[in-house]
Amino acid sequence: MVAAGRHSRPAAELRVGIVSVQGAVQPHAAAIARAGAAWAQVRHPEDLDDLDALILPGGESTTISKGLERVGLYEALEAFARSGRPVLGTCAGAILMAREVEGVPVRSLGLIDVTAVRNAYGTQVDSFATVAQGELEGLRAIFIRAPRLKRPGPDVEVLARVDGWPVFVRQENALATTFHPELTPDGRVHAALLELAKKRQQ
Amino acid sequence: MSDQTGNGNGGAGDATAKSFELKVGLAEMLKGGVIMDVVNPDQAKIAEDSGACAVMALERVPSDIRRDGGVARMCQVEIIESIQRTVSIPVMAKVRIGHYLEAQVLDALGVDFIDESEVLTPADEEHHVDKFPFRSPFVCGARDLGEALRRISEGAAMIRTKGEAGSGNIVEAVRHLRTVFGQMRSLQALLPEEVPARAKELRAPLDLVQRVAETGKLPVPNFAAGGIATPADAALCRSLGAEAVFVGSGIFKSGDPAVLARAIVRATTHWDEPEELVAACRGLGKPMEGIEMETLAESQRLANRGW
Repeated sequence: MVAAGRHSRPAAELRVGIVSVQGAVQPHAAAIARAGAAWAQVRHPEDLDDLDALILPGGESTTISKGLERVGLYEALEAFARSGRPVLGTCAGAILMAREVEGVPVRSLGLIDVTAVRNAYGTQVDSFATVAQGELEGLRAIFIRAPRLKRPGPDVEVLARVDGWPVFVRQENALATTFHPELTPDGRVHAALLELAKKRQQ
Repeated sequence: MSDQTGNGNGGAGDATAKSFELKVGLAEMLKGGVIMDVVNPDQAKIAEDSGACAVMALERVPSDIRRDGGVARMCQVEIIESIQRTVSIPVMAKVRIGHYLEAQVLDALGVDFIDESEVLTPADEEHHVDKFPFRSPFVCGARDLGEALRRISEGAAMIRTKGEAGSGNIVEAVRHLRTVFGQMRSLQALLPEEVPARAKELRAPLDLVQRVAETGKLPVPNFAAGGIATPADAALCRSLGAEAVFVGSGIFKSGDPAVLARAIVRATTHWDEPEELVAACRGLGKPMEGIEMETLAESQRLANRGW
């Protein structure tokens, strides 16, 4: 376990929380560290204090959802997002951020006006890697038992697509990807999260 | 798999396109979770509702295999399919060591992870499955670093320490975790020119040993299995470095499987928070019966299978 670096934090350094109930926490932590920010695990509502941004990582959405419910994190995450601080959800995290979820009975935060369809591409044997189309040129995207985002509302900005489907979306301070930016060295998705946090600080 | 030639090499046709990073990627997603053994869709549903991050479909749980004896094989196809229809979480299934035809069946079924497992009766006493050509990722058991790296060199995308399946006794899982992590720590203390001799001792490929010496960790996720019967057992494995846990007989051989399953999930997430652990340990039904290792003959120890 990498230490979360609670000590020796320079005043200007951004601090990103990663929801650590279940899933791929370490790759996000490494990506945040590469981008020059500090990170901390979030397992309880009080862990959200003093954070500039938040990541809901990939993992199993049913497992993460039950874990959030048990420790009372749903309400705290909703309040965090309402405060205007940026939130990034990847894969299972994107499911949890959607307005509506199909295919599995999980409670979602409704931060982005889309419908997320769990396991829309199939099982692990249908997982794939490709280059997404959008303003981030040459963005290599890894999809693992990925959800699909349907029916983006008028306030949703589609930042990247694969086969016409949105794979990277933004609504105000909420960002979501159905692929795994933490598993590639690209860094631009995490940079976008930190950019939103910086803007809010200024 | 349509162009399968059956040349005895365990090849799975055109599946080579499924790259290793996607396989390890799914293993990454399972971290911090509990993978539960189930023998039917009802148990799979209980596991999913309790917060399992995946289920392992098998015909008999290890403690029953131990009790009833006989040859233990891959789970029936109909059971796997009904479990796949029942849950949205990943479905894993076991194949016998070296039985690449069972593996091809699971691959064709679209199983999310294949466990080439010592819990089943080995099909090949010399060769493990060549795991690279398959679309499904593989997990394999290991008792020490050399065994783990040999499995990774064959294409395993996840390692689980073996422990002693179906024993309800955590002692072997602890031994294997301490061995793997201890050997990794001692590798890091070597000078670069000393690494080749250690690789020879470990009977593992030099490039993988060098990589571990540099990074201090396995190149794939490292989970624990075998003998985990309580929330505290799961937390102990996490504390010793396991990134997630497999629970076999422990859950559905206990008095109240749903309660114990939820408690083990909770302890796996909050393994380093004593208050959470106390809460997880409260109100549990009767745990499964355990077996003392001294009473198990060497021939009955499942961890000795595989090499």
